[in-house]
Amino acid sequence: MINHETEVENKKAVFVDLQDVWVSYYKKWVLKSIYLKCYQGEIFGIVGPNGGGKSTLLKVILGLVRPQKGVVNLFGHKPDKHNRLEVGYLPQISKADRSFPVTVLDVVLMGLYNRLGFFKRPGNRSREVAMEMLSEINMADHAGKPFGNLSGGQQQRVHIARALASKPKLLVLDEPSTGVDSVAQEDFYELLVKFRDEMNISVIMVSHDIGVITAHADRIACLNLQIHYHGEPDPCFEPEIMQKLYGKDLNVMVHDSKCVTCFKKHEHND
Amino acid sequence: MNIMIEIFNLEFMRNAFMAGIILSPVLAVVSFFVVLRRLSFVGVGVAHSAFGGIALGFLLGISPTLTAIAFAIAVSNAIGYISRHGRLSADTAIGIFFALAMALGVIFIGMSDQYNVDLFGYLFGNILAITGEDLITIALLGGLVLISIFLLFKELLFVSFDREVALVSGIPVAFLDHFFLTILAVSVVISMKIVGIILVSALLVIPGAAASQITDRYIPMIATAIAIALISTVGGLMFSYYADLASGATIVTLSSIIFFILFIVGKFRK
Repeated sequence: MINHETEVENKKAVFVDLQDVWVSYYKKWVLKSIYLKCYQGEIFGIVGPNGGGKSTLLKVILGLVRPQKGVVNLFGHKPDKHNRLEVGYLPQISKADRSFPVTVLDVVLMGLYNRLGFFKRPGNRSREVAMEMLSEINMADHAGKPFGNLSGGQQQRVHIARALASKPKLLVLDEPSTGVDSVAQEDFYELLVKFRDEMNISVIMVSHDIGVITAHADRIACLNLQIHYHGEPDPCFEPEIMQKLYGKDLNVMVHDSKCVTCFKKHEHND
Repeated sequence: MNIMIEIFNLEFMRNAFMAGIILSPVLAVVSFFVVLRRLSFVGVGVAHSAFGGIALGFLLGISPTLTAIAFAIAVSNAIGYISRHGRLSADTAIGIFFALAMALGVIFIGMSDQYNVDLFGYLFGNILAITGEDLITIALLGGLVLISIFLLFKELLFVSFDREVALVSGIPVAFLDHFFLTILAVSVVISMKIVGIILVSALLVIPGAAASQITDRYIPMIATAIAIALISTVGGLMFSYYADLASGATIVTLSSIIFFILFIVGKFRK
């Protein structure tokens, strides 16, 4: 277990803290002895192959999966439905039905439902907040359009607006690059950085796409049942770490540090 | 015109029209969610399970409507529970309960000493059998279904749109699942007398499915679904009287014709 925690980070609030977390499904370990800390105001990337436990780790952080062993803290407490209100969540883009009869504004308003409570309908105040969020992502003109008519990248930005509408402290993203072209991806990550700076939120994102994570995260962890690497993104990954994550048939291409796709996986199909 | 006057002079036809008019908004709103949540096969299973309940009512000598509601609610919730907690898909659970409830129905009918039970009427609908008392039951339970859906509409919409996000944002997803399955069961039983057990599931799908072909926002979609349900039930009853056809089958056939017309209209609209 390598732990790179610097002096600076220790001064910031710890939003997520996992200590020696173990999770198993049907008698098979999917997470082994995970230590992880996410601080306020950072974009934290988790990479690893599919089946490596990324989604489970997110569920543990959100309190939707209880670990067999270990301690999980979300904003200093055990995750439950109360502190989960402070988390905005973005699932993989494909999960929402494209023909669903809602407008872009309706989707953003959904982000405010939990604050409204049962039986109450979103009123003018909620609409204002939702419209502000749409302006933030430059999509105010699309408010009345059917959500299903948007491109993948636009839908993802609307999901961000929905997740941030209730002003959470932490944003959790599952495979944010799925179904989005590379130009839209760039816009999307710029938005993340903007919201991190403006709202001082933290972002935890998981992806099997190493290039995307290394180009945009402040810190990264690599996950394949265990956390193999934990620290600041390095354009040159240690070959041993890459092999532990993705196996031997991996072709590492090193470009300059601005390149989005620094690492190409050799015939790595999901 | 004489035909119209003739129809409305008959008490059973008046009752049938009243039942159709009261049920139309219920069928429309429930079918809206059945289509969005892809529960049409659950509707089929729950409708058939009502048969077991009706037979039990005859065996015990109590109101078949009451036992049918109890049976349908128990089965629909069991389907929901098993598909969530067991290692079975909803599809498999429905396949099992569907057959079990029908089998129990046949056994109960065999055990009861009533030989003049109108089985055909329950299976395919018998508008002659709709009494004033039935109308009151339909109005009360139908009203209850509509009010409860109205109160929980935004949560139901959110869960149907994106289950995972709804769960993370604190919406009680499991409760809403069982709530909707209960609503579905009640709607099946109150609609049963007019079109019968075998055909009722069609009316819990077609209005919503047909409306979704020509609208892409939820309020117009529900309004269209109500109109389709009204035209189908009222028009179907009139036509069946005039042409001397089975009323339940005529209603379902008419609603299917409307579906196909709107399907084609929807294709051209895009």
